Amino acid sequence: MTVSDPKHDVPEGARYKEQITTDPSKPAQRMRAGSMTMTLAPWLIAILVLVFLPAVFTNNSALTIMNQMSITIVFALAYNMLLGQGGMLSFGHAVYAGVGGFACMHIMNMSDFFESIPLVILPIFGGLFGMGLAMIVGSFSTRSAGTVFAMISLGVGELIAACSVIIVAFFGGEEGISGDRTYAQPFFGVEFLQQIEVYYLTIAWLVISAVLMYLWSRTPVGRMANAVRDNPERAEFLGYSSRWVRYYSFIASGFFCGIAGGLFAINYEILTEENLNTTSSGVILLVTFLGGVGFFFGPIIGAIAFTLLQTVLSLSTELWAFYAGVLFVATVMFFPGGLAGLIMMHVPAFKLGKSSGLVMPYLKTLLPGAIGVLGLAALVEMTFHFRHAATGDDEMTLFWTTFNSHDVLPWVIAIAITVIGLGIAKVTAPSLKEAWNEANTAGGAS
Amino acid sequence: MSTPALELIGLKKSFGKAEIIRGIDLSIGKAERHAIIGPNGAGKSTLFNLITARFAPTAGTVKLHGENLAGLEPFQINRKGLSRSFQITNIFPAMTVFENVRCALLWSQGYKYSFWHLVNSKRDLTEGAEAILDQINLLERRNLPAGTLSYAEQRALEIGITIAGGADVIMLDEPTAGMSNTETDYITDLILKVTAGKTLIMVEHDMGVVFGLADRISVLVYGEIIATGKPADVRADARVQEAYLGAALEAEH
Repeated sequence: MTVSDPKHDVPEGARYKEQITTDPSKPAQRMRAGSMTMTLAPWLIAILVLVFLPAVFTNNSALTIMNQMSITIVFALAYNMLLGQGGMLSFGHAVYAGVGGFACMHIMNMSDFFESIPLVILPIFGGLFGMGLAMIVGSFSTRSAGTVFAMISLGVGELIAACSVIIVAFFGGEEGISGDRTYAQPFFGVEFLQQIEVYYLTIAWLVISAVLMYLWSRTPVGRMANAVRDNPERAEFLGYSSRWVRYYSFIASGFFCGIAGGLFAINYEILTEENLNTTSSGVILLVTFLGGVGFFFGPIIGAIAFTLLQTVLSLSTELWAFYAGVLFVATVMFFPGGLAGLIMMHVPAFKLGKSSGLVMPYLKTLLPGAIGVLGLAALVEMTFHFRHAATGDDEMTLFWTTFNSHDVLPWVIAIAITVIGLGIAKVTAPSLKEAWNEANTAGGAS
Repeated sequence: MSTPALELIGLKKSFGKAEIIRGIDLSIGKAERHAIIGPNGAGKSTLFNLITARFAPTAGTVKLHGENLAGLEPFQINRKGLSRSFQITNIFPAMTVFENVRCALLWSQGYKYSFWHLVNSKRDLTEGAEAILDQINLLERRNLPAGTLSYAEQRALEIGITIAGGADVIMLDEPTAGMSNTETDYITDLILKVTAGKTLIMVEHDMGVVFGLADRISVLVYGEIIATGKPADVRADARVQEAYLGAALEAEH
């Protein structure tokens, strides 16, 4: 019995197919794979939006926010090359961006050399230095993934952050290193004195880096990074050393982190210990996770959302970090796919043409829910004011209303709004769930 | 006599004081289908893991096409043309079926650690992966996450991944474990189809599969091979009858 009988094969195969438990016609099942693939259209739209954003937000502070956003996006995408695509949890990734940034600051201060190069190519040096550091650290940290990798990354992160006060020549001690970007050779007459010029430099690098990182994920080594993340052992038995795959991902990530660091140097013209420390490393982990590690564009959304929280929300409340923390915990607990996962959850309903059926149930649940959450936030703010405001300062302003935080009435109102808002949301939640199931089931009346 | 595809010389493995593999000599010729059978705990899977360097042997040598494999990592052995499947399904569950097979093709098609090729634009990869999917009848499942496939489909996919790299020595660890009769027949046919002309070494509990597939059989009991030979000879061997096969054969009939 060395050659199988073809007549025998056919019914076997057919019979076998009847037993199949999965149904390819269900988009929900197809979606579960997550996806790193993107088409061309989103890229073009994103580029157009980036180019024309300054026409909408003209003032300098908006440009600063957008620059910060762009830098965070590059950094978060680079971080996700490890976390999302390679399955490596790094707790000290700020050092690669930081060292890249410090290197750029030193180049800015080498007047002869800096005057001979245009500013636009400066981030490349940041990238090379970030990559160089990643080559050294990765040579021993990428031997295994998981806890060992995470601990080494944390240790190295702490070590280099500690070096910032020891190796003063490079890190500048507590004052950090500052410089002046305008000393560079003018680039087609542009000296980058204006914020808007820096904006276009930053988004140019953002687009280049994002495209390159996306393309990386489509290369053999990028595909194998996914494979090694999911099952290092199987990858080994396919001819790939998991260690080398991780190492190459690590180096590439270091390069783009360094680019982000270089952009930071250009924007702020100063780097300090803050750019290296574990707080910064923690923030980038938070940003990436908030956005969603399973999708290529996840970190982009995370970076935008987080920067808005950080800049806009911090203008209106001292407690913004508290809310960011709550949001992070809620994401980890309830939406492990992050904001990107939340968005992509709706694709099956869209494909079935049933997304319109979700609008009303969403309004009925999420609107009262949001009001309830705002009520809860008001309670938090009032408690904070009650406990921490200077004695005699009883007045506080919340949602454009000024009142005395020691009165009973505002508390009653806030509690009532919270209870009623969340209560309605709870009551309407089952019908939302029903609508959700309906919208994700093929067939039937829509 | 030509060089055997796989040769084991005095192979031993101990975990602490427990001797699991107690000196195995075995020679498997080119294009031979060789089944390793034995009772539970005989060391069949351990033997597989020793050959593929998942474990390091305590003593002895493994030779692939006459070349000593001592000190090589699994990925290096794989590059030399030895590929294996696992007792517990070992695929990339979050990736699509197509991606699973494509990943298995990357090294053998010479892409190595390239970051200057884009996999989607490589015809040889797409067509190669689709040809494999066609062979294992999973073309319809192409874009599904591998983890959502049925158990038998996942086993078929694992076989597909194992053979995709073009290895000439294929090792399958209990390919039909936990399957219904229909599924077992299906997988057996599949194995015959995809390993034509290749050296096949398999561990299997299902005697129907073993006697249907194998050119030669080795019986492993307590870390030693007590008999090797043609199915008929092994079946007739008194020691085998005593140690293992009798009970198993009776259970079959």
